[in-house]
Amino acid sequence: MNEISEFAVWKLLEEVPDPEVPVVSIVELGIVRSVSVQDEGITVVVTPTYSGCPATKMIEMDIYAKLKEAGYTTVKINTVLAPAWTTDWMSAPAREKLRAYGIAPPQGIIGDKITALLNPERNIACPHCNSTNTRQLSEFGSTACKALWKCDDCWEPFDYFKCH
Amino acid sequence: MTQQEALFNYCLRLADNSLILGHRLSEMCSKGPFLEEDIATSNIALDLIGQANELLQYAGQVEGKGRNEDDLAFKRSERDFFNVLLAEHLNTDFAVVIMRQFLLDAFDFHFYGELKKSTDATLAAIAEKSHKEIVYHLRHSSKWVERLGDGTEESNRRIASALNDLWRFTGELFEMTEVDNLLLKAGIAVDLASIESAWKKTVADTLQRATLTIPENTFMQRGSREGKHTEHLGYLLAEMQHLHRTFPGVEW
Repeated sequence: MNEISEFAVWKLLEEVPDPEVPVVSIVELGIVRSVSVQDEGITVVVTPTYSGCPATKMIEMDIYAKLKEAGYTTVKINTVLAPAWTTDWMSAPAREKLRAYGIAPPQGIIGDKITALLNPERNIACPHCNSTNTRQLSEFGSTACKALWKCDDCWEPFDYFKCH
Repeated sequence: MTQQEALFNYCLRLADNSLILGHRLSEMCSKGPFLEEDIATSNIALDLIGQANELLQYAGQVEGKGRNEDDLAFKRSERDFFNVLLAEHLNTDFAVVIMRQFLLDAFDFHFYGELKKSTDATLAAIAEKSHKEIVYHLRHSSKWVERLGDGTEESNRRIASALNDLWRFTGELFEMTEVDNLLLKAGIAVDLASIESAWKKTVADTLQRATLTIPENTFMQRGSREGKHTEHLGYLLAEMQHLHRTFPGVEW
């Protein structure tokens, strides 16, 4: 096996898009937790977003495919549950990419998240016109991580990436 | 009973609650009263089956006999399932689906909130993750209980009747067995007595806003801790396990 640095593996993984939200990478979403390179091969540690996210298996396959394409076949993927994935790990540029793609990024929450999330969100900014005159159409959307909203100013529907 | 046997049973109980409720909800797919609800019930089903997957994987490790999550989900018979009776109740009416979900979401909300503190690192990690998903489930089902209860005469009649029908299955949610007591001493399990009042408060607050009253003097059904179920579970398993039983070892 060729010599490869952990940094180079991270760079490769940054090119793996999320299967459900292809505008951001699995690194930007915080799914890749760590990378280590040993003599035996490459170990990538990932964490699932939602327990039942159907994209989890696909992401693993995409990681294997990406590293294989670069010539690395002794790859091991470990899944860890703790610490639990949170949208807080999403970088600022990733949030901006989501917005540009038409998905409102998760709202920042001050204080206890669980308590705050028991109540519906308000004033989610429309990713198209930035108006906060918006309302929720459906608490659950096209994927587990999104809710369906509508803007009452530009009248466009949009996905909201739920805070998690 | 050893601690290992107790932990195996405990994991199965939690996993089966999520798996069976998740399967019931998945039966609603394409049958929701309208599109948004169809998406909601399918999404919640997905979360629950995902949680069951994690718990069954762990149960298999704890048991140490080489059974994986699929073996445990698809190759056990009715009497080896330990989900609460409420989870297997039929989808007879949308109000029933919502009330069943609400009573269990409220339980899971308090239960997993406590399980996060478990000394068992895997259970604590699963709890941390599940709890965040359950918040959204509870928020969804409790708002529906309010809307149906405080809605039209017809919606009130249906949700009140669902509450009266299902209340008798809530007693066993808090039943402590030898398994609970053994694991409680090791700091692994949740003390069910300690979350009962918090659950009652969550339920009572929502029911009050929904103009509904908790039935009094209800005879409480029990049995799931010993694997004794209502007549509905066998049919559910027959469908859920059909493929694996017809084509043993099938993969896709």
